[in-house]
Amino acid sequence: MQSNRRSFIHAACLQVVFFASLPAVGLAAAELSPPQQAAHVLNRLGYGARPGDLERVQQMGVQRYIEAQLDPASLPLPSVLQQRIDAIPINRQTTGSILGEFLAVRLQAKDEDEQRKQERRATVARIADETAQIRLVRAIDSPRQLEEVMVDFWFNHFNVFSGKGLDRALVSSYERDAIRPHAMGSFRQLLGATAKHPAMLFYLDNYLSTAADFQPRAAVAKGAGPKAKASGLNENYARELMELHTLGVDSGYTQHDVTELARMLTGWTFEPRQLVKNEQTFRFNAARHDSGDKEWLGRHVGNQGQREGEFALDILAQHPATARHLSTLLAQYFVQDEPPPALVERMAQRYLATGGDIRSVLRTLFFSPEFMSPAAVGSKFKTPYQFVVSAARAADMPVNNVRPLLGALNQLGMPLYGCQTPDGYKNTRAAWLNPDALSRRIAFASTLASGKMPLAHIPDTPNGDGMGQRQLERQAEGMPTMTGNGRSVDSAALDAVPLLVTLGPVISTRTSDTVARSPQALRAAMLLGSPDFMQH
Amino acid sequence: MQRRQFIQSLSLASGLILPLGHQAWAATSVQAAGTGGATSAGSAGGATSNRRKLVVVLLRGAVDGMNVVAPVGDSEYLRLRPTIGLGLPGSDHGAIDLNGYFGLHPALTDLQSLWSEKKLAFVHACGSPDPTRSHFDAQDYLESGTPGRKSTQDGWLNRLVGALPGQSSPTRALSIGPVMPRILSGRATSTNLAAGAAGTRANPLDKPAIGNAFDQMYQNDPRFAQVYQDGRDAHKQVMAASMDNEMQIADGGAPLPNGFPDDAARLATLMRNDPNIQFGFFALGGWDTHASQGAGSGQLANRLKPLGQGLATLARRLGPLFNDTTVVVMSEFGRTARENGNAGTDHGHGNVMWVLGGGVAGGKVYGDWQGLSTDQLNEGRDLPVTTDFRSVLAQVAERHLGLDDRRLSQVFPMMPGRLPAWNLFGT
Repeated sequence: MQSNRRSFIHAACLQVVFFASLPAVGLAAAELSPPQQAAHVLNRLGYGARPGDLERVQQMGVQRYIEAQLDPASLPLPSVLQQRIDAIPINRQTTGSILGEFLAVRLQAKDEDEQRKQERRATVARIADETAQIRLVRAIDSPRQLEEVMVDFWFNHFNVFSGKGLDRALVSSYERDAIRPHAMGSFRQLLGATAKHPAMLFYLDNYLSTAADFQPRAAVAKGAGPKAKASGLNENYARELMELHTLGVDSGYTQHDVTELARMLTGWTFEPRQLVKNEQTFRFNAARHDSGDKEWLGRHVGNQGQREGEFALDILAQHPATARHLSTLLAQYFVQDEPPPALVERMAQRYLATGGDIRSVLRTLFFSPEFMSPAAVGSKFKTPYQFVVSAARAADMPVNNVRPLLGALNQLGMPLYGCQTPDGYKNTRAAWLNPDALSRRIAFASTLASGKMPLAHIPDTPNGDGMGQRQLERQAEGMPTMTGNGRSVDSAALDAVPLLVTLGPVISTRTSDTVARSPQALRAAMLLGSPDFMQH
Repeated sequence: MQRRQFIQSLSLASGLILPLGHQAWAATSVQAAGTGGATSAGSAGGATSNRRKLVVVLLRGAVDGMNVVAPVGDSEYLRLRPTIGLGLPGSDHGAIDLNGYFGLHPALTDLQSLWSEKKLAFVHACGSPDPTRSHFDAQDYLESGTPGRKSTQDGWLNRLVGALPGQSSPTRALSIGPVMPRILSGRATSTNLAAGAAGTRANPLDKPAIGNAFDQMYQNDPRFAQVYQDGRDAHKQVMAASMDNEMQIADGGAPLPNGFPDDAARLATLMRNDPNIQFGFFALGGWDTHASQGAGSGQLANRLKPLGQGLATLARRLGPLFNDTTVVVMSEFGRTARENGNAGTDHGHGNVMWVLGGGVAGGKVYGDWQGLSTDQLNEGRDLPVTTDFRSVLAQVAERHLGLDDRRLSQVFPMMPGRLPAWNLFGT
């Protein structure tokens, strides 16, 4: 016990000596020591340090680290990780095949047979489980940390809710095919990919939107009931496209502009059967298109079919209001809750000068003095997602079962793919800091550090699917875990000494002093549940 | 102030409950000037100032008020809504008759008895004067209480907590859910509680060794000491208040559906057991019915059912405390009067506000209703806003909670000039 305490204190002292004695060099921030700079880029461009990361970044230099992160193709995925992702079946499934499977069991659900219902639950759970696995395994293990951060950022920016109907089956391909390929590329392409993906067409109802006088074939039959039919204009997507995805709410467009944009986008749709049969993820249905003239954002738009929508996306993507809106959101995410106006302005200029090149805007951001400043370091309160993923990375436990992490995200109010509204989750302190949140984060840290969270294997559950809210939460709270043959699968408790080294300057002297005075068994939990680890 | 406390303790000692508006000290408070004429009564004869309760339910996503309290007696109604309109009372899945003109959505059948007991009222064509059709801006205004002004930092419910006399306590204002809503953020202490059973379950910090260790680490932390301590204190009080199973027994122990009914029952138990809890807040989502919203049954009905069930459960389980409680249900804006091409409705303007409680002069649909003809609709498409939502909340604050005029202007600093003539809390 005594020697344990000594070794912790020894590690704490080493931290101080090692990290404080080096002179600060490079970049604009003379006030930040190299270890602080390294910790800062690991925290902000990624989800915090894993063991060894801090040293690695200092060796290669913070500047080179940022450049490498901006060019993810230069960072090969470790073969273990690649194999693991390849082994997740949904990753190899086409959009149509996932949807086909989902629709098949959904039809069965009308069958009251208990076994059929079980099959349905199992399929829905498999889709959700595998989708989340891919996301979390990459976020925790991928060396392309910035790519993972940007995938999450853009998914959230173009949010769809996996709980809405067909989107249960579509979010997986939405992230893989519409978001990920463009996460650091052209905003216009990203915008187009989301606009045409069935997950978005379905979520914001544009798949139903038609010219006001369009009469669907064989519909409007008597007794058809109030089911959704495509026979009129739906403004939902057009409004959020301007308000959330591009211009921003105060950029001066009117209700008339919303309606006119909705008319320009009529006919942008998909048909589930065609998607399942021949992978047609998007279809422009000319018969549904409103061919009348439109007046939109002060422009006259004649009838050009699908090109009207493409034209709208071009205008929106190149609009100065969009440049400012996106720059504000990025600076708020990466720098401070109240983003520095001068930085936002430079980013917006860069955005316009490069035709909306995301990578260029990020480069301006990361190499700015505002980003690498003491005012920015540690100023962001982690979102639940950032907290959970960063804890899993720092703890360096093998994660073969992501369900406890999903359960924790549910409890903390940020279920993965579970934001119902199109504005996505916020990332500010005001949004996430509250009395209950701190207690719950501490509870999560305690369970994780105790080794009782069943991360290594999926525990046997009486009810095969195991993706229910309560089951996820029980796993997050550290249920007793046995494999099929009755062996306990608890991991070893987390050792505070290497954890302290991993986290480096993130942990203040004050915190490490308090931790050193506390019982050994609690130290790792205290580090992950410390005030210092709540923020980044 | 001393005088007020003295009289309060006097009425406490004698067990005297003074009728609303007749407290001896009412004359010393700032005179009500033009806000409807009723006295700005103090805490209405309660033993403690926390006695009068307010529960706010925010329906995020803009509930379709025209199908909650539907003008089924208007010949325009079904013309505007041929597929999603509610049928007449008595028809299959038809509306529940309220007053011969308005009908209640049939999924809200659990609220029928509160209506007939005159403890449930509605204010129609109500909402925010700001014309925005953005969910997020409109919710922001509904919560800040300052439509059109985005720079307001705190929420009106938080300002109300701060403006009322009464005992400060970590559980005085309680939000159910994992995040702190805008409406409750601000200077006055408020806390939040996880939804579901997790809200009243033990956590690792309850173990003394772990609790002590973290207490030490957080106690002087400049960033988090206060919010950490609030969480610890509130959790202790909530755990103590949730021990009691009396209410479950009173309700026959019937299990409630997960979600709002279950959470509402839990709040009722906590409020009965912890007299400090004065304010409760819930936010419920899923109202943005752009497509296939259904009529008497379907998507909207499926959302309304547990809402009605939960409100009825809350009223029932509060028991006698319901007499001292007002519940307000509101949403950021209404939806288009006409159904759209997809058997749904788009973003509109005016909506219906629900007010229930033991002191509510219920059984009435209040408001300035101007009919459904196109020239009466806002921009030819939505219900207009003829009653500002803040004037409804002001009546709750003044007449139910006893807030005085001067402080009312702190809670709602930009109150509208025109105030309704009617009084939700009787004469």
